[in-house]
Amino acid sequence: MRLPIVTHRLANGLRVVISEDHTAPIAAVNLWYHVGSANERLDRTGFAHLFEHMLFQGSEHVDANEHFEAVQRAGGTLNGSTWLERTNYYETVPSNQLALALWLEADRMGRLLPALTQQKLDTQRDVVKNERRWSVDNQPYGTWWEKLPALCFPPEHPFHHSLIGSMDDLTAATLEDVAEFFATYYSPDNAVLTVVGDVNEAETMALVEEYFGGFPARRARPPLRDTVVPEVFGEWRRDLVPDDVVVPRLFLAFRSPVFGSPRYHVASICGAILGTGKGSRLYRKLVRDQQVATAATAYTFDLSKGSDLLILDVTARPGVSAQRLEAAVAQEVDVLQRGGVSEAEVERAVALVTTEFVVSMQSAQSRADKLSQYATYLGSPEILNEQVERFAAVTAAQVTEFAAKYLGPDNRASLLYVPRQVEVKAA
Amino acid sequence: MTAPSRPAPGKPRTYAFPDSDRRTLANGLTIITAPLPRLPAVTVLAIADAGAETDPAGRAGLAAITARALAEGTRHRSGDALADAFERLGGELETDAGWTRAECGTTVLSARLEPTLRLLTEVLREPAFAEGDVTRLREERLAELLQIEAEPRELADDQFARIAFGQGNRYAEPVAGSTPTVSALTTADVAAHFERRYLPRNITLIMAGDIDGATTAGLAESMCGLWDPGSYVPLPGVGDAARATRAVHIVHRADAPQTEIRVGHSSVPRNDPDFHAITVMNAILGGLFNSRINLNLRERHAFTYGAFSSFDWRRQGSLFEVSTAVRSDVTAAALTEILGEIDRIIEAEVSDSELSLARDYLTGVFPIRFETTAAIASAIAIQESFGLDPAYYDEYRERIAAVSAADVRRVAERILDPSRLQILAVGDPEMIRGPINALDLGDVHEIVGKEQPTSTVAG
Repeated sequence: MRLPIVTHRLANGLRVVISEDHTAPIAAVNLWYHVGSANERLDRTGFAHLFEHMLFQGSEHVDANEHFEAVQRAGGTLNGSTWLERTNYYETVPSNQLALALWLEADRMGRLLPALTQQKLDTQRDVVKNERRWSVDNQPYGTWWEKLPALCFPPEHPFHHSLIGSMDDLTAATLEDVAEFFATYYSPDNAVLTVVGDVNEAETMALVEEYFGGFPARRARPPLRDTVVPEVFGEWRRDLVPDDVVVPRLFLAFRSPVFGSPRYHVASICGAILGTGKGSRLYRKLVRDQQVATAATAYTFDLSKGSDLLILDVTARPGVSAQRLEAAVAQEVDVLQRGGVSEAEVERAVALVTTEFVVSMQSAQSRADKLSQYATYLGSPEILNEQVERFAAVTAAQVTEFAAKYLGPDNRASLLYVPRQVEVKAA
Repeated sequence: MTAPSRPAPGKPRTYAFPDSDRRTLANGLTIITAPLPRLPAVTVLAIADAGAETDPAGRAGLAAITARALAEGTRHRSGDALADAFERLGGELETDAGWTRAECGTTVLSARLEPTLRLLTEVLREPAFAEGDVTRLREERLAELLQIEAEPRELADDQFARIAFGQGNRYAEPVAGSTPTVSALTTADVAAHFERRYLPRNITLIMAGDIDGATTAGLAESMCGLWDPGSYVPLPGVGDAARATRAVHIVHRADAPQTEIRVGHSSVPRNDPDFHAITVMNAILGGLFNSRINLNLRERHAFTYGAFSSFDWRRQGSLFEVSTAVRSDVTAAALTEILGEIDRIIEAEVSDSELSLARDYLTGVFPIRFETTAAIASAIAIQESFGLDPAYYDEYRERIAAVSAADVRRVAERILDPSRLQILAVGDPEMIRGPINALDLGDVHEIVGKEQPTSTVAG
């Protein structure tokens, strides 16, 4: 399976990726800005995400919330999201509405500031605080995605602090911060624009030139604080978290090769052997055989700098203590780390990962998002077409070698949630 | 520099929902093939008229555990071996029951269709239902129920269904059952439910993707054509109990930083003749980001991260609900706004701009809903299980486009009933009780969680 991919670069530095697919009258527009929570000032945690909300509050020729209305009126879907290293904005529209989606993205890339008001910032600040309550504070285990990076990366490391941000930092954010962040990071030379679907390359490029070509490249951006960390933790870190939960849940993280590196694919296959599907080791041993867990999965954060994280996420059965859960997971990891994997296990994992990849390419928007990701992190969207071969090339010997190096007791971080009342009793 | 002006749309290209071929075998089993020559993948989805609506009285959860147990092994291979066989083909076997149908299927590369289909038919024909596996699935469901007690969103959903439908209605219990009903389920129940419901005439096998329609249908027929038709038992009713008068229900969660709100009532079934008008009405009320409820609660008042309304459609009814999570101190104010929006859409016609937004969105987004083989198989499954017209997808956009402002008003009046609304708030009782009582919305019932996850007691 080889998908057509062409790339262009405007004079102002905007990179453009186009992948035509005329099977349905759909066009996906996907814009990655190479800025995320990693770029935030330490007294402005959560700002990259708050800023993402502000991009839906209108620009010079678009009213507040009109971006949403215009795309939905055109029969399209849209959203944006913030991650540690990037922020993305995207629309999927009927292909005859491609120009509208591009024009809306251009207006906010080039002309956001005239529409900014204090009232819009205050409203979105409150919306984001509610998002924090909803997704973190009022959710069992909801703090995991700020506690785990904090455990795995040292203080002041770009990946250490909370992506959703602290209430205090959100309160402190000002309009000047918004203008400064915009001027620093939201420029054409810090973005990748991907268009996928029922589009014509020449017509698309003409629109992109017309709408985006006039924006200047901006000043140099401040470098990220140092991302380099040792390849392994050098210890087994532990954070025990009493929470309003009824059963223990373990997030066991390993430092792992960064997204896009040769061994990233090996790490992904190792993760799938442990935690993808009911045929995975953790499911077979912990859910089916020992019955100490009800769910077990594995995933990576897909970080492209410093170190990625491979994470095992296992939820205990009622009645199983946190210590027993952690010991059972650790035992399976030890077995893999010492004994390696078989070719049959690799074949199963490769088959699953391959299907997942091909299925994700069915959606124009997920194809566009992947292209933006490869272009932003690795400088080459064409890497998309090598994915199936790269996964297929992973061998049992490589996974065994990876496990020996990265899954040992000297490279583990346990974030272990326990029911609060149990903790009280034990005290 | 002058900015380029906002572009007008180009000429739209036509789109048609994919063609499919439907054939019913002599034993009653239906085979549907939808060739989609795009990427080399195929979704294989078997649906059975064996959803939670077919649970016998007092056996809520039987349909779900039966569907889940299908993945736990056959007469020829253990659960581990079955999972491994599917996954070596690149597909994870997914089995579960919703209200209206049980589903069992996977997506694989199209080159692996034949062995996948062979495995799937083995699952549908010769499940093992080993005692140990059924016991474990029962324990897992009980564990899930325990966790719901600590999860405010699911707790709100669970409690709201009980309140909206009332005791005696199957829809008042969760799809997968509650602690008392699940605890009583046995392996014999599971085997009996399978014998009763997974008859060829109740099963439709859908294959959508990069396939040759005729060859694939022939292959499926060769695997299923000789299945014994069995004897048919008609579908039980779900019961018609529903709350008749408006009431407020406060579920205690001490110190919760937000209140989970649900407002709504039981409503009409999926095959209601006004389905399209109800869909447009709901889009304007709370279905879209720029709906009245979301713009009011999120963008005007900043009470919440999001507020939406929906109809959860089933064969014998539906659940209409407005759903949001708000800061505790604005709980009563948010309820007032929600009730006001429900009144407003009943009392006056929507504007031309609101109507065109909803209609243009629903018609324009239609092709985007069906990009994947799984989405197309699922759309066909909905059509089959609700018995929708064969032309349902072909006519969908013109029927949505024909909905008028008068239609929206008419269905809002017919469907939404403020006197019957149930109002649920899951939150900190000390914070929200007083302001809610002051609204004087009806009887107020307080529900103290039966399994408080923490030792904290409201003082």
